[in-house]
Amino acid sequence: MGEEVGEYQGAYKITKGLLEKYGPERVLDTPITEAGFAGIGVGAAYWGLRPVVEFMTFNFSMQAIDHIINSAAKSSYMSAGQISVPVVFRGANGAAAGVGAQHSQCYAAWYGSCPGLKVLTPYSSEDARGLLKAAIRDPDPVVFLENELLYGESFPVSAEALDSSFCLPIGKAKIEREGKDVTITAFSKLVGHALKAADILAKEGISAEVINLRSIRPLDRATINASVRKTSRLVTVEEVFPQHGVGAEICASVVEESFDYLDAPVERIAGADVPMPYAANLERMAVPQVEDIVRAAKRTCFRSR
Amino acid sequence: MVLSRVSTSSSCSAAVLKPLATALSLRRSISTDTTPLTIETSVPFTSHQCEPPSRSVETTPKELLSFFHDMARMRRMEIAADSLYKSKLIRGFCHLYDGQEAVAVGMEAAITKKDCIITAYRDHCTFLGRGGTLLEIFGELMGRQVGCSKGKGGSMHFYKKDANFYGGHGIVGAQIPLGCGLAFAQKYSKDETVTFAMYGDGAANQGQLFEALNIAALWDLPAILVCENNHYGMGTAEWRAAKSPAYYKRGDYAPGLKVDGMDALAVKQACKFAKEHALKNGPIILEMDTYRYHGHSMSDPGSTYRTRDEISGVRQERDPVERVRKLILTHDLATEKELKDIEKEVRKEVDDAIAQAKESPMPEPSELFTNVYSKGMGVESFGADRKEVRATLP
Repeated sequence: MGEEVGEYQGAYKITKGLLEKYGPERVLDTPITEAGFAGIGVGAAYWGLRPVVEFMTFNFSMQAIDHIINSAAKSSYMSAGQISVPVVFRGANGAAAGVGAQHSQCYAAWYGSCPGLKVLTPYSSEDARGLLKAAIRDPDPVVFLENELLYGESFPVSAEALDSSFCLPIGKAKIEREGKDVTITAFSKLVGHALKAADILAKEGISAEVINLRSIRPLDRATINASVRKTSRLVTVEEVFPQHGVGAEICASVVEESFDYLDAPVERIAGADVPMPYAANLERMAVPQVEDIVRAAKRTCFRSR
Repeated sequence: MVLSRVSTSSSCSAAVLKPLATALSLRRSISTDTTPLTIETSVPFTSHQCEPPSRSVETTPKELLSFFHDMARMRRMEIAADSLYKSKLIRGFCHLYDGQEAVAVGMEAAITKKDCIITAYRDHCTFLGRGGTLLEIFGELMGRQVGCSKGKGGSMHFYKKDANFYGGHGIVGAQIPLGCGLAFAQKYSKDETVTFAMYGDGAANQGQLFEALNIAALWDLPAILVCENNHYGMGTAEWRAAKSPAYYKRGDYAPGLKVDGMDALAVKQACKFAKEHALKNGPIILEMDTYRYHGHSMSDPGSTYRTRDEISGVRQERDPVERVRKLILTHDLATEKELKDIEKEVRKEVDDAIAQAKESPMPEPSELFTNVYSKGMGVESFGADRKEVRATLP
């Protein structure tokens, strides 16, 4: 259920055709009342249904955040397991293009800090398919952070991924590209940027290992730390505001678990510490670019530009 | 003849046959007497956008006795909780329901355990009405393993899924959309059951109520919104918080009924009416005119914003337990002594449950990390010092 998921075919066409296929009992257009319909979704999950609640963008999830955190995430704990909440909250997250400050925030860090939630960030088409299916099947509340700009990108898809029961494990990162000199972690759209940065770095003799986090919570600390122990250098990449962000958590984890393996301080590339501006040049400065990732990776290798 | 206990408490001693008075031996045991009886409610129903139900309520001696027994038990339980809180065995929040018992008891009489109830934080008696035990309640209040949430929820977080009681919610108003979600699930599953989403006069102004009601009305959900109007949202009187304190009318397009919430029979009639309505026509609002004797919570004396005369006035004129006692005595369904015996019995039941709950241990330290997820998948979690305390979530 969500705004425009039915007759409009989805604000971003993600639910296109679903109303025709499954009917109005299962695909429900809601009024513009996030607190109301998010609460209704959680209540339906309490009873035992498996609702998928769409926020047109996660900026609007703030209207319903009490239901995500207090009604959904904490209920299994408070009821000592009597109540499980198999709800999925999904929608576009992070910056689009030119949509301004109120429509561009990334919520990975906020939701990622909350025990009781699972938070997923698909990058490729396989990620989207496998993780969404896993999210719906999961008995716990899942926040599924998509990205509007990724909706328009195409990816090669394996035959296995086309299978109707293809699922990816929750809580496992994917090594998109192996390397040995520096680890670059990223999620969602910036995985693409990290891969491009890795290509540029390769030409300069730096072999970067790119990790697609896929899961913000649970965070795959094991994969990240194993990679850093191999490369001894780390650059974290995210679109979230920098303070208290995903990169801060990854840095802390690595310092705690793999301090002796680090050969350089951990570098963070994140969204600028400002509300998102509209003008195209300022917007470009507010979001990580490929050259930012390249520069940070070189810093860990003690190479100046 | 012995007035046999209607409840299924397990802490009863062997029944002792009391000497028979001649008058008693002529009367059938009230606890099994299902002779129909019709009682008029003292206050008529006021309605909005619908025809009110009749003031004549069908009941039986058995039902009236069970009302008395259940409400006496609820009353005794809440008063005992007051003492436990003052002796610091209960910590944090403790919101007591004494005065409002007729709402919980009348509602249960009109519905089944397949219908759902969801309420806010003043939930001890609602949980008891749904079949929870005194031991589970006192255990949870004292944070022990025997508590209904194994000590991990506390006063505001009682749940009983097998009786379709979905809590127990601390955030004012949140339970209303959640309740409409339960109703959605019931309709989706063609269950022919309804949900009662309960809230107070303080919550009645919450935006999410109107959002949820709008959707419930659009989608014809079998949701019954029950405003337990005890006239004070914490310390704020209804006329200071609501431009329109006619809560039963606030649904606008949704019908509503104003009910004497201190009269268990009126509550039963209204809930029966509401269930039939909701199954056919979608959401309806019930405003229960009720009163709480205690303050908002145990940290509120309850007298800085209302007069002691008002409180004692309600106790004199409208107490729900006294009302049923009078009804039973007037219709000669039991003697004063029999009713007093029930109260004594209930007192012992409560004392026994408290003693037993006190014996129950606090949760094991490992319980800090259980039930974070239904499916923890072996994920790691951490204590305050993650180098000292780590756990794998089951």
